[in-house]
Amino acid sequence: MKKSLLLIFACLLALSVGLAGCSSEGGDSKKGKTMIYGRGGDSVALDPAVVTDGESFIVTEQIFENLVQYGKDNTEIEAGLAKKWDISDDGLKYTFYLEEDVKFHDGTDFNADAVVENFKRWSSSKDEAKYAYYPSMFGGFEGDEGHVIKEVKAVDKNTVEFTLTRPQAPFLKNIAMSPFAIGSPKAFKDGEKFAKQPVGTGPFKFKSWKPNDTIEVVANEDYWKKGLPKLGGVKFKVIKDNAARLNAVTKGEIDLMDGLNPSDLAKVKENNKLQVFERPSMNVGYFGFNTEKAPFDKKEVRQAISHLINKQEIIDNFYAGTAEPAKNPMPPSISGYNDSVQDYEYNVDKAKELLKAAGYEKGFKMDLWAMPVARPYMPDGQKVGEAIQASLKQVGIEAKIVTFEWGAYLEKVQAGEAPTFMLGWTGDNGDADNFLYTLLDKDTIGSNNYSRYKNEEVHKLLIEAQQLSNEDERNELYKKAQEIIHEDAPWVPLVHSKPQLVGASSVKGFVPHPTGSQSFVDVSID
Amino acid sequence: MAEALHNTPPVLPPEMARPAEEKAVSPWKEAWRSFRKNKLAIVGLSIVSFFILLAIFADLIAPYEYDATNLRNKNLAPSAEHWFGTDEFGRDILTRIIYGARISLWVGTLSVAGSIIVGSALGIIAGYYGRWVDAVISRIFDILLAFPSILLAIAVVSVLGPSLRNALIAIAIINVPTFGRLLRSRVLSVKEEEYITAAKAIGMKDSRILLHHILPNSLAPIIVSGTLAVATAIIEAAALGFLGLGAQAPTPEWGKMLADSRNYIIDAPWTVLFPGLAIMLTVLGFNLMGDGLRDALDPRMKN
Amino acid sequence: MFAYTIRRLTSLVPVLLGMIFIVFMMIRAIPGNPAQLILGQQATERAVAALTKELGLDQPWYTQFWSYFSGLFKGDLGVSLKTNTPISEEIWPYLAATIELSLAAMLIAVVIGINAGIISAWFQNSWFDYCAMVLALIGVSMPIFWLGLMEQYIVAIQWDLLPTTGRDNIRDAVDPITHLYLIDTLMHGRIDQFIEVIKHLILPGFALGTIPMAIIARMTRSSMLEVMRSDYIRTARAKGMKMFWVVYKHSLKNALIPVVTVIGLQIGLLLGGAILTETIFGWPGIGTYIYEAISSRDYPVIQSGILIVAFIFVLINLLVDLLYAAIDPRIKYK
Repeated sequence: MKKSLLLIFACLLALSVGLAGCSSEGGDSKKGKTMIYGRGGDSVALDPAVVTDGESFIVTEQIFENLVQYGKDNTEIEAGLAKKWDISDDGLKYTFYLEEDVKFHDGTDFNADAVVENFKRWSSSKDEAKYAYYPSMFGGFEGDEGHVIKEVKAVDKNTVEFTLTRPQAPFLKNIAMSPFAIGSPKAFKDGEKFAKQPVGTGPFKFKSWKPNDTIEVVANEDYWKKGLPKLGGVKFKVIKDNAARLNAVTKGEIDLMDGLNPSDLAKVKENNKLQVFERPSMNVGYFGFNTEKAPFDKKEVRQAISHLINKQEIIDNFYAGTAEPAKNPMPPSISGYNDSVQDYEYNVDKAKELLKAAGYEKGFKMDLWAMPVARPYMPDGQKVGEAIQASLKQVGIEAKIVTFEWGAYLEKVQAGEAPTFMLGWTGDNGDADNFLYTLLDKDTIGSNNYSRYKNEEVHKLLIEAQQLSNEDERNELYKKAQEIIHEDAPWVPLVHSKPQLVGASSVKGFVPHPTGSQSFVDVSID
Repeated sequence: MAEALHNTPPVLPPEMARPAEEKAVSPWKEAWRSFRKNKLAIVGLSIVSFFILLAIFADLIAPYEYDATNLRNKNLAPSAEHWFGTDEFGRDILTRIIYGARISLWVGTLSVAGSIIVGSALGIIAGYYGRWVDAVISRIFDILLAFPSILLAIAVVSVLGPSLRNALIAIAIINVPTFGRLLRSRVLSVKEEEYITAAKAIGMKDSRILLHHILPNSLAPIIVSGTLAVATAIIEAAALGFLGLGAQAPTPEWGKMLADSRNYIIDAPWTVLFPGLAIMLTVLGFNLMGDGLRDALDPRMKN
Repeated sequence: MFAYTIRRLTSLVPVLLGMIFIVFMMIRAIPGNPAQLILGQQATERAVAALTKELGLDQPWYTQFWSYFSGLFKGDLGVSLKTNTPISEEIWPYLAATIELSLAAMLIAVVIGINAGIISAWFQNSWFDYCAMVLALIGVSMPIFWLGLMEQYIVAIQWDLLPTTGRDNIRDAVDPITHLYLIDTLMHGRIDQFIEVIKHLILPGFALGTIPMAIIARMTRSSMLEVMRSDYIRTARAKGMKMFWVVYKHSLKNALIPVVTVIGLQIGLLLGGAILTETIFGWPGIGTYIYEAISSRDYPVIQSGILIVAFIFVLINLLVDLLYAAIDPRIKYK
């Protein structure tokens, strides 16, 4: 009895080994290996124009391409589907010369008409709930007063001409953003299906989507850049828990993952089967004050607190050193960054003096809103909050940590309910405007200016910069604005983090992009 | 549902309950005698008393301040200075566990007290007045019991917002039907007894009958279920804390301590070990004590 | 018996209606606008307002309730705000994951619990009995989320014996058919993954099964002790170990009633405990589904998820009651 059982078991085992062997051989034979990419959440939709979340863009970047694209590890502009372009002297006319013989995955031609149709789809939609990025980058929809794009016209089969109503300095950077990737007009005219079965010109074609589990893309055999992609396909696998994802990559079940807990960094570095990729920083994590609420309406109080926060200590302990201390509201990689600004040094005595000047010698009680979720710029909001809480205690400020679910948190902070709060921002297009204007201009109070910071001089500078096309002149204005903002201290900029990714050592050619999503077109697996 | 496991409020060690009950001396004395003979019950009582003492004298016993951070000392292994080691902020874990006893006992007893008060009131009303009042209240109990308790607690906290107080309220709500049903059935059975009928006959007011006859008669089962319910309430509070829906930093709540230390389990397993042990021991204490009380006070409930 | 069944069923109607109403109202009371969450931090105010309108969230609550309620009767559980997929289409994989885990937990609990109980009773007051009963006492008081963490630390990290998270080996996973992976892997003839699935089930199954296991062991032991007081067992016992198996079989039957009860009572705890266990073991079950929906204010998912769990719970309780009535003739169906 026992013997026969054993025999059956042995047979089954042999069979399974055989089967396993077969199946893995079959999968990888044709072209390149399939890479499994582990991530924390599923995509919302795969129509890049209608989504705003990184988990969606990380997939659409494989399937779609833009007229122009960012450099491999920076936000300089390079040729994409347009091989070159001209800009008129007044900055109002952009002429793009398109690549020829490019086809969408559904076999239709990519050409000037397709570009026109894409822009028409976005600008004429007038549906802000759906097409969220278009109006915010181009000043509204067709017919709106602030709309920047006057006309998009096909000059001939492979030439497109954009006419703007006024110069927009970051225009090229804007159209390089993931949401403005060019899709197949035939496919998106089909309606609803497009968001679930996207069709672009990219190196990978959409294959399947199991919600909350896996999205699979496979190599586009007819890709217009010869010899690419190197991979046979990519599977995007959702593994919610950071530690679980790391475990999977350690065990060799997946090849690449994002969202490493900084506390696990040392362990990963010791493991020679793994490698760490560092994403260049294009974000800022900050501790903000509601400048309309006492006592934070007093500049001295905000400056005092700026002197109390030990940024390096926070970085060492909660970012495992994978961040740099921030002194400005935008990261140094963005042009216009003012490096001559002197940060408030960590100095408890100075803080006490400032508090005394403001009449808060004995400290006060306050609520400190801590982020409930991990974000690249703030991997553990609760703990950073606790560290700030401990710092404030030194001068008698009693901070109570308050938190809400993420949605409620954003909404309440936006409504100005939080006296002090933690938040951050990841840049969309690598332009200074996308940080300073978006986060600190008086126009954006009620949306992303959570501090409700209002300074007419800053406002004037930022608006002027938006109209300039000369890079150097623009940068001067931004530098000036940063000085004023530093003095007013509506936030304590905490860090510019460098999110860490982990891959198996066999992954080659992967370069994480500062925007948070990148094409795997020239990644390979040994 | 799980009445036997899933129970209710306040820690009334029998020796404390006794003096108030001088009129009915003999049954309580009797119960205490049988409780004393039950070794496990005494172990339970000792554990619970130990944690109560920790909670009361936390300020005197604790070697450090529970929120004194020192990042240079983070995640230190247990040593002579820090018996249980330190956490990711360099805070002394022993200190935090001692203060945590305060929180857990507070949430456990208070939430159960709340459910006893509300549950008993509803149960008595339902049992005493019967008819549609009973039907409505009983249906509400049925509905509340139809949800897995932790799920209901999570939903309630989501509505109220995550905080220790709201976790306490949520736990109180989920335990209401347990006591409601208990009291209702007591009232139903006592109502039929002769002396109540007699009391009614001589024109005693409803409220007097309730206060002087029905409530005292229900005290024993309330104490038993209450003690066991404190155990569940403590676990539930810790679970909510663990899910980030309970106490907020830097409150040294045991469940929250576990959640905060999870990421450090490999490098600093003590940060996870001790808070969990504390939860388990306290709950064990209340369970043992509850079992003992049940055997002593209400042999019929024994299974 | 038939009348009893009918009566139990009709008494469920107001409970279910009440549940639907309570869940609906509670979900509306959760602070935070789902539109804001869907669009994220970069969204403009106008976009949020537009989406709120599109989702019908600006309608009065009774309109929203009515459309939800009438939809339920057509089998329409609503559409997830986050994935834009009908819940009835996407809920099964999660439910299947939880069912698989709960069954594994129950199996572990029943097998170990009953055996420990019987042996403890047979060797009453032996060291085995003491150890088992102390463990059972501890088990009843166990915070399972902590147990799960400790399991991971000792069994998975220190000894590296079993996987800590997930349901199968991700590389080369089989295409789900039923979403019960034990069945799926067998249907694909993939014994290697079948073994992987079992391995992945052990730690979370054990964590989730601990409390029922302890309770079952205690109940089996006490019912067994009663059985053993009867004369014929005493005689059997006197005859030695061979009789152990006779008694064993006999007691198994006897233990059935308390065990059925406990299983019924524990399903609620199991479904609740699943949320915690799933959080720790990265198990993509219904608990994870609901918990995440709460974080993202996915109203339709929260309400339908909670309702489905509560509905299963009520249904199992009903079945247990009926089963109990069927196997125990002492219960009167009045």
